[in-house]
Amino acid sequence: MKRTFKLAFKDTIPVLMGYIALGFGFGILLKSAGYGVFWAFFMCLTMYAGSMQYVAVALLSSGASLVTVAITTFMVNARHLFYGISMLDKYKNIGKRKLYLIFSLTDETYSLLCNEKPHIPKAELPNYYLLVSALNHSYWILGGVIGALAGTLIKFNSEGIEFVLTALFITIFTEQWLSNKKHASAIIGVVASVLCLVIFGSDNFLIPAMIVIALVLCFCNEGV
Amino acid sequence: MNNLHTWAIIAVSALVTALLRFLPFLMFSDSEKTPRIIKKLNKTLPFAVMGMLVVYCFKDINFLSYTSFLPALIAGALVVGLYLWKRNTLISIASGTVCYMLLVQLIF
Repeated sequence: MKRTFKLAFKDTIPVLMGYIALGFGFGILLKSAGYGVFWAFFMCLTMYAGSMQYVAVALLSSGASLVTVAITTFMVNARHLFYGISMLDKYKNIGKRKLYLIFSLTDETYSLLCNEKPHIPKAELPNYYLLVSALNHSYWILGGVIGALAGTLIKFNSEGIEFVLTALFITIFTEQWLSNKKHASAIIGVVASVLCLVIFGSDNFLIPAMIVIALVLCFCNEGV
Repeated sequence: MNNLHTWAIIAVSALVTALLRFLPFLMFSDSEKTPRIIKKLNKTLPFAVMGMLVVYCFKDINFLSYTSFLPALIAGALVVGLYLWKRNTLISIASGTVCYMLLVQLIF
């Protein structure tokens, strides 16, 4: 367990940097909208959805209707449907922890867990999944709370630090590319997303992109 | 805005998020009955999804303005280049991020 913790911690270091930075930004934004540290903690704990929490600050400030909140959340977070579909096998037969693993399946946790884990003994995998998920969650809460507490006190030019999560996704994408002979699925993901981005614009492209990706992957031959 | 509405907004948003995360597991809880097409997706999706997430990160870049796309392009290339060379996730991510921060803060 101790060894697994070390491995999980090491693997989550990029997320630690990214979540503290982005959580911090969220805390500051929330505070400036008039909601203090309690709300930052509570939202990071229960919603645990990076970009959606930024959007939620705007919804809170404008006093949006609950229907608007539901629809907006659905649009922003629909990509999470895909994460579940590709974790069905990995999260099978791992007991009660499964509920928490599913609840905490963010973009970053998914990216860390969606690949095979040759460096983790098979029997330790469920613990590893749980540790990675809980560590990431705690980083996010910590970032949000610090941001709401000390946002205006700390002067540090952090412009651009959000790139850490982009860099994380790029390395995982590169690693997947290198460790697989077939690249059709990766190419479909990129091409479909770029096309939908051009057609639908940056606010609305994710759901069409998901539909195109799912359809193409379903109707392609076994070779994908 | 009253306190109750604040609670309600957070609750609805948290519930919809959780629902999206749980839905696939609720729909396909029995692997015997899971359609073959979903099982196939579950193998190929991670590759497509990572591609989608990379594009998602670059979605707000304006490719008509070089101050908007050059930092991301340079830092992104550095991340890939270093990874191909060293195969070390942390070196790639740390170098790429520092490079990006320097570019957007000092140069562009």
